[in-house]
Amino acid sequence: MIRDPVREGLAAGWRVIDASTLERAQDFEADVVIVGTGAGGGVSAEILAAAGLRVVLVEEGPLRSSSDFRMREAEAYPELYQESAARKTLDKAINILQGRCVGGSTTVNWTSSFRTPPATLAFWRARFGLADYTEEALAPWFRSMEERLGVHDWTVAPNANNGTLCRGGERLGIAVEGIRRNVRGCWNLGYCGLGCPTNAKQSMLVTTLPAALSRGAVLLTRLRAQRLLLRGDGVEALECVALGPDGIHPRDLRLRVHARHYVLAAGALGSPALLLRSAAPDPQGVVGARTFLHPVVISAAVMPERVAGFSGAPQSLYSDHFLERDPVDGPMGFKLEAPPLHPVLFATTLHGFGTNHTALMSEFPRTQVLLALLRDGFHPESAGGRVQLRDDGTPVLDYPLNRFFFDAARRALLAMAEIQFAAGAQRVTAVHERCPGWAGWRQARDGIAALPLEPHLLRVVSAHVMGGCAMGDDPRRSVVDGRGRHHGIGNLSVFDGSVFPTSLGANPQLSIYAMVARNVTLLARELGGTQEAPAAETAGG
Amino acid sequence: MVTRRQFLMVGAGAAVLLTAAGMYQGIRERRVAAAGFAQGPLDERARQIVGALVPVMLAGALPAEPSRRVTVARVVDGVGEAVAGLGAAAQEELRQLFALLDLAPARVLLCGLWSPWPQAGEQDIARILERWRFSSLGLLRAAYAALHDLVLGAWYAREESWPAIGYPGPPEVA
Ligand SMILES: Cc1cc2nc3c(=O)[nH]c(=O)nc-3n(C[C@H](O)[C@H](O)[C@H](O)COP(=O)(O)OP(=O)(O)OC[C@H]3O[C@@H](n4cnc5c(N)ncnc54)[C@H](O)[C@@H]3O)c2cc1C
Ligand code: SF4
Repeated sequence: MIRDPVREGLAAGWRVIDASTLERAQDFEADVVIVGTGAGGGVSAEILAAAGLRVVLVEEGPLRSSSDFRMREAEAYPELYQESAARKTLDKAINILQGRCVGGSTTVNWTSSFRTPPATLAFWRARFGLADYTEEALAPWFRSMEERLGVHDWTVAPNANNGTLCRGGERLGIAVEGIRRNVRGCWNLGYCGLGCPTNAKQSMLVTTLPAALSRGAVLLTRLRAQRLLLRGDGVEALECVALGPDGIHPRDLRLRVHARHYVLAAGALGSPALLLRSAAPDPQGVVGARTFLHPVVISAAVMPERVAGFSGAPQSLYSDHFLERDPVDGPMGFKLEAPPLHPVLFATTLHGFGTNHTALMSEFPRTQVLLALLRDGFHPESAGGRVQLRDDGTPVLDYPLNRFFFDAARRALLAMAEIQFAAGAQRVTAVHERCPGWAGWRQARDGIAALPLEPHLLRVVSAHVMGGCAMGDDPRRSVVDGRGRHHGIGNLSVFDGSVFPTSLGANPQLSIYAMVARNVTLLARELGGTQEAPAAETAGG
Repeated sequence: MVTRRQFLMVGAGAAVLLTAAGMYQGIRERRVAAAGFAQGPLDERARQIVGALVPVMLAGALPAEPSRRVTVARVVDGVGEAVAGLGAAAQEELRQLFALLDLAPARVLLCGLWSPWPQAGEQDIARILERWRFSSLGLLRAAYAALHDLVLGAWYAREESWPAIGYPGPPEVA
């Protein structure tokens, strides 16, 4: 029997309320209310609760835990993801994966753990006035969060999907390294994206949130934070709307949370949307702007041997060869990784239909897939997207794909195909509606050069939404300061991936954990927190 | 073969129709309340349209008769379930798309399909999908992508589709 720490906690009396079952409106009070329970919300909750502050967490998704995680896409996507894992940009040319459940995206993420690349921090210091974002200053925070979440070198042999990246890279002289993972006692199953059934993944769901709940924090689920009620230069209350049993359509039930301080951790798209709905002062129109995606393009190969990309830890190896070739603000670089393969995710991502599609699917066990994550946000021609509100107040991202992006996408498709053929691929297919698939590198090279790269024809996806509440020292160009405090509203902070002023060039979770740990520790002190947070102790303040 | 001239005409006509049907942003329709989905997220006519697309989208993957018909119906159910899990705005857009495709003039203009959906031949449907997939209108390309994801997602979510692709299903954990 696998222990389920969440069900145990509930049995022990955690205060969790599912707003879809509330019979009448009820108001709450706290020292700090936190919107969102993902990477930023989880770390915030643990540190604030450990400091003796009364915390209320507001989460629009449901509470699900290991006993519910049956590794089935048909259940996981509607239950655990925003818009059933089919969230789209405004023109529907990019599919966005984000979590929507207790634990946020950390409940469904793939466990890759990277510190923020030094080149990214240097760019932030130079361009956004973030003077204390140095490797040295952040190192203790990285160390403490790595320890807290079990981040370590993954020494188990990579699955064949990752092994192919290594083999192809070696033959071409492209450096491939190991990815550290935030797991303890991992069974190497490969289903991290559907909710870890063994609780090996050290997501917020099994680490920081249980710690906060055990210290008396209150968790309200299926409750959407609708807007901040502002008075003068402060927030007076957070207005929330309960969702119906489908977890999607709002009910006619609103409630308010009053707090001394308000923390937005609804993630990119979520946090800027809440500020937009609140009509927070924003004369320069910065809120929601510069939202980044690490837009991903995909190359699928058929190998002579069995790959079984659905089995074994996802993303255990990576290559930064194509990130490091050019300066950070030059032509867009990209990071290479090998994702988990599941039937629905793969079948829907793969282009075409009918017998062509069926034929590609019949090679599923021999299919190897590489991803290129493009580093957006560093070049003037890579300004990212802008969050807009629909009629019903929900966010949608307008992220136009331009020539600067397509240039990098083409280089990425070439790089991936070359690696796959070098590793022995029989066929390589760039995931593009016009791609016939190629039987050799020369053919692929010419074919990719000729592909018409346009929205919808080229499949583009993202699992790394960042920005929209940029931090910086200049209120005309940023929403919050380097400590996550809103420039104009005194008792409001943003502690999540939305504060990044560019993308990162690395998978974001660990950057969010460490930066939030630092900022929320400072906030806890300011609010007169009594005990020191565990993160602060090991970090030496 | 559709000639370039016909294609352009269809393109322009389609834009007018789509605008008229309120699919473009800016033309706002009354939101359908949750209670509006009395028949589930797909009404009978939408089911007919999806039912016509499924055998073409899944050509080569579906079992032969006699079980084929039942399987198609189950995939259509699966599409309905998938739609019900989307955000409210996407559900509403799909409702509009199916309402539009159900109108005879739109069916003819956007799809070049003269017969009602249930009577359409598989080749006609394949031709429609190809036309949308490569349409110069982003809206039609997006509609193709949405139907692609819904139908293929609904099928490969089902355990019965796994043996043919050599997917053993999730491991036992206990
Ligand atoms: C499939 C997948 C795989 C990934 N793999 C990796 C990986 O391997 N390594 C890595 O570093 N990163 C990975 N990521 C990304 C990483 O998990 C995220 O960048 C990170 O979790 C973002 O943290 P956050 O706090 O900004 O937002 P999230 O973790 O997304 O949390 C935001 C929370 O806020 C809630 N919310 C939003 N709006 C509201 C509202 N109005 N009211 C109430 N609640 C609201 C959401 O439901 C969600 O639970 C992956 C992401 C996905 C989706
Ligand atoms: S690979 Fe490890 S962390 Fe991922 S789901 Fe399996 S046991 Fe959990």
